[in-house]
Amino acid sequence: MKACRMMMVVLALSLAAAPAVMAETLKVGAILAVTGPAAFLGGPESRTIEMLADEVNQAGGINGKQIELIIKDSGGSPEKAISFAKQLIEEEQVVAVIGPSTSGESMAVKKLFEESRTPLLSCAAAEVIVNPVAGFVFKTPQSDSFAVRRIFMTMQEMGISRIAVLAGNTGFGKAGKEQLQAIAPTMGIEIVEAEVYDKDANDLSAVVAKMKANPDVQAVVNWSIVPAQAIVAKNMRQAGWDVPLFQSHGFGNIKYVESAGVAAEGIIFPAGRLLVADKLPADHPQKQLLTKYKADYEGKFQEQASTFGGHAYDAFIILMKAIENGGTDQQSIRDEIEKIQGLPGTAGIFSFSATDHNGLDLESFEMVTVKNGAFVPYEKQ
Amino acid sequence: MTLELFIQYFFAGITYGSIYAIVAIGFNIIYNTTGIINFAQGEFVMLGGMISISLLPIMPLPLAIAAAVALTMLYGALLEICFIRWLDNPGVLRMVIITIGLSILTREAALHVWDESIRSLPYFVGNEISTVNVLGARVSPQVFWVIGACGLMVAFLSIFFQGTSVGRQMRACAANRKAAVLCGINTRDMVTFSFVLSAGIGALAGCVMSPITSTAYDNGTGLAIKGFTVAILGGLGNSAAAVAAGLLLGIIEAFSVSVLPLAFQDAIAIAILLIILFVRPHGLFGSGTAAGLKEF
Amino acid sequence: MRRLLFLLPLVILVVGVQVLTDWTDTRYYLTQLTMAAYYSLLIIGLCALMGYTGQISLGHAGFFAIGGYLSAALTTRNLAFFQDQAFFRLLEGAGILATGQDIYGAELVVVAPWAACLVAIIAAALIAWLLGIPVLKLKGHYLAMATLGFGIIIYRIALASEYFGEADGISEVPPFLLPFGLEVSGSFAVREANYYIAWGLLIMGLILLRNLIDSRVGRALRSIHGSEDAAGAMGVDTARCKLQVFVLSAVFAAVAGVFLTHYNGGIGPSEAGVMKSVRYVAIVAVGGMAHLWGALVMGVVLNFLSLRGVFGSYDDAVFGLILIGIMLFAPNGVLSLLNFSGVLDFFRRRRRRVKEPGGLR
Repeated sequence: MKACRMMMVVLALSLAAAPAVMAETLKVGAILAVTGPAAFLGGPESRTIEMLADEVNQAGGINGKQIELIIKDSGGSPEKAISFAKQLIEEEQVVAVIGPSTSGESMAVKKLFEESRTPLLSCAAAEVIVNPVAGFVFKTPQSDSFAVRRIFMTMQEMGISRIAVLAGNTGFGKAGKEQLQAIAPTMGIEIVEAEVYDKDANDLSAVVAKMKANPDVQAVVNWSIVPAQAIVAKNMRQAGWDVPLFQSHGFGNIKYVESAGVAAEGIIFPAGRLLVADKLPADHPQKQLLTKYKADYEGKFQEQASTFGGHAYDAFIILMKAIENGGTDQQSIRDEIEKIQGLPGTAGIFSFSATDHNGLDLESFEMVTVKNGAFVPYEKQ
Repeated sequence: MTLELFIQYFFAGITYGSIYAIVAIGFNIIYNTTGIINFAQGEFVMLGGMISISLLPIMPLPLAIAAAVALTMLYGALLEICFIRWLDNPGVLRMVIITIGLSILTREAALHVWDESIRSLPYFVGNEISTVNVLGARVSPQVFWVIGACGLMVAFLSIFFQGTSVGRQMRACAANRKAAVLCGINTRDMVTFSFVLSAGIGALAGCVMSPITSTAYDNGTGLAIKGFTVAILGGLGNSAAAVAAGLLLGIIEAFSVSVLPLAFQDAIAIAILLIILFVRPHGLFGSGTAAGLKEF
Repeated sequence: MRRLLFLLPLVILVVGVQVLTDWTDTRYYLTQLTMAAYYSLLIIGLCALMGYTGQISLGHAGFFAIGGYLSAALTTRNLAFFQDQAFFRLLEGAGILATGQDIYGAELVVVAPWAACLVAIIAAALIAWLLGIPVLKLKGHYLAMATLGFGIIIYRIALASEYFGEADGISEVPPFLLPFGLEVSGSFAVREANYYIAWGLLIMGLILLRNLIDSRVGRALRSIHGSEDAAGAMGVDTARCKLQVFVLSAVFAAVAGVFLTHYNGGIGPSEAGVMKSVRYVAIVAVGGMAHLWGALVMGVVLNFLSLRGVFGSYDDAVFGLILIGIMLFAPNGVLSLLNFSGVLDFFRRRRRRVKEPGGLR
């Protein structure tokens, strides 16, 4: 009986705490993996949009309205993402939601946003999020297939045709591996070795030794966003194996270069231009935005800006653009996003359409290499 | 399989294995004096790495490591004094849950202190690509630091437990606590001391392995599970056997890569653990008769 | 019938909350209450195991995942590939197959949810039985580690198999159609019905466990918790009793997994993670181990708060803190604190300690 009474009290309390509706604010939701195994995505993402929302609010808001940002930490788990999505949609009645950070979560909530007709700007890369196109679901990171194509194009230039593929067991690694396997035959590349490693792998020298023993391998592609990227580089160079090492755009964080040290030299990978912002020509359309984001973020949080935070940055400015252009509610914001053309973001220049809810193309990636511990644009030798 | 590849696998296995063994030794020290399995053992390893990395900008490497080990020892002592020392006769279930809770709290605190990013110490000798040639296989010099540290710890512990008064007192607690109390040994201090010792050993392991494996706030849990597997594989409480079991597991894992997808590597380690638990709970090297006196 | 009277307040409360949310236009609370009810189903099962037989299980998220993943995979993975084989026609003849759609709108041939549900539950029971025979012979740390190891293996398999969607898990799981036009799905339109389905299941689970505890088996169980040797000496088949409860709690977990997966329309590897198992143990401990009501209340309240994101980025830390706090100060559960006996006990023990050193074992 006592138990029942307690339950009653707790429920009554939580019902009483129902949020009051505030006037003249625009509620924007965000579901990000700030903690948990995908924290390296959600951490920079949440810091970025908090910074941006503050900036907008200090400048007097957008269309005279203040932004009320509601960030929910999903810890990278789909069940929480679903619960939070329902909460944001129904209870908070947000005009749009930024996130989730991972592909698994994005796929899990996709249907909900369709059903409730609320725009979702996913920060996850997997193609299935926007293909098939769902009316209210968008994504800001470049598609993996662009990255794969850029890598294969560079390989063709270098005369490489037989490769080994390593991938981490995260959603990011999984999606990349699938794209590599799907696109390789169409571009005359043969995958002769493929392995998946744990995201917490400590040492990969055994699997590197195994791949090295295969004389056919002309280059290695590693696809992950975890520290194992640096470990692969170290183990390969330690083993005296000097075939070219390609990484995915997940390598776009200077910390991995620091961690791999000299072993990172010569790694080639596709990346958004954020990494080489200061080396872009002055008239590049992304130059100003990228240097500003970098300076603001690094000044505020004392850490290097990464392309992951950039995905949330893009989601935020796309949303702001749509609101500025006349989006007032869920439906009109969605319509305005679809109309955006030539908007420079951190990942590339966004041009959406009814059939393209990513808005980026192959050009959004630049091939980057590591030279003297820094990222520089890759140039054909 | 060529000799070169064989040796390459072998060294990969020894590297993992030494790391697992050091963690397992940490488990054993506490288990021996208290009968507790400290599920937060992996967190000591993580803390050692993290603290030394944070200290590195303001002091030279050896000093940073020494300070990290000392601070982690202090943390170990604090954990014991705050959460375990004053409990009367807690059951195993209660202790398991408390140490799991401590492990979660330490990890989450580390997340908020250091954030989610990954760090590492520089290589002690040479750099990321320098190698030593062993019969055609190439091995990073840091691997020898890991193996060396593991060997030194075992040697130090055996001298400590055999030759020093404190070590003998701790062994007395392990053998028979009541008798130890009757002999005038302060068992409570011995328990605190065992936490300090195993925290220090864990922290040192964390520093030595950091250049190879990198350090992040959530490293500890995985290591603790591997370390525990090894501790049971060798027979709980037996440090020399833990080293043997650690190397064995490391080598099995390394060679399993040649026949099975890497993704199942961890599942193999755990499956071995389960089989051992079911058929030989006293461990590969433990004595069955002695085990008959213990509770499993 | 009189024995069911104890449930009346709960039923009134469940209905009352629904009516209240309807009144105050806060129906959205039902979403998290529904999810919390499913987690609580697992938790009361675990409570029966931990509280009444004294066996810890750090692998119950594994059973939840077996239920969830199997039903998700069977109801979404296309079987059209096997169309020409005999077993396919056999399944078709038995009415086990259903048609579905993938995200591109292409037709799929999949297993019907009710059949997938049965398979998942039977699989969980079978695995629990096979695992339970050797595992339940272990005690203390060894039992904790063995169940933890089992949980990790399930997690690894989910994460490493393409069939289970690797790191992304499985999404697009179809609704589970029940008789009387009910369906288990996350659609906003059927929220009230789903709330009652979840709580109905939970109450049924509660009745089952209450009956079990009040029966001869229950008395045997309590005797095991008290002293296994004594129970054995009195002729209680302790091994069998423990195994039965272990299997039963695994079935509870699997049922929760199946229903929640249909409700969420998907499942991911996080449901199989070690942290989840630890969290369930934490909740049972907070509820007071051998205290079904405590486990139920705490399961609902803590899951409800966690799923609403009240703890923010401190979600895991909060559960860690709860675990330690409860184990240190109120090992008999948070409800025991209400009559302050736990607190008194704590101080009493402190005083005694001075006289009797070296009590820690």
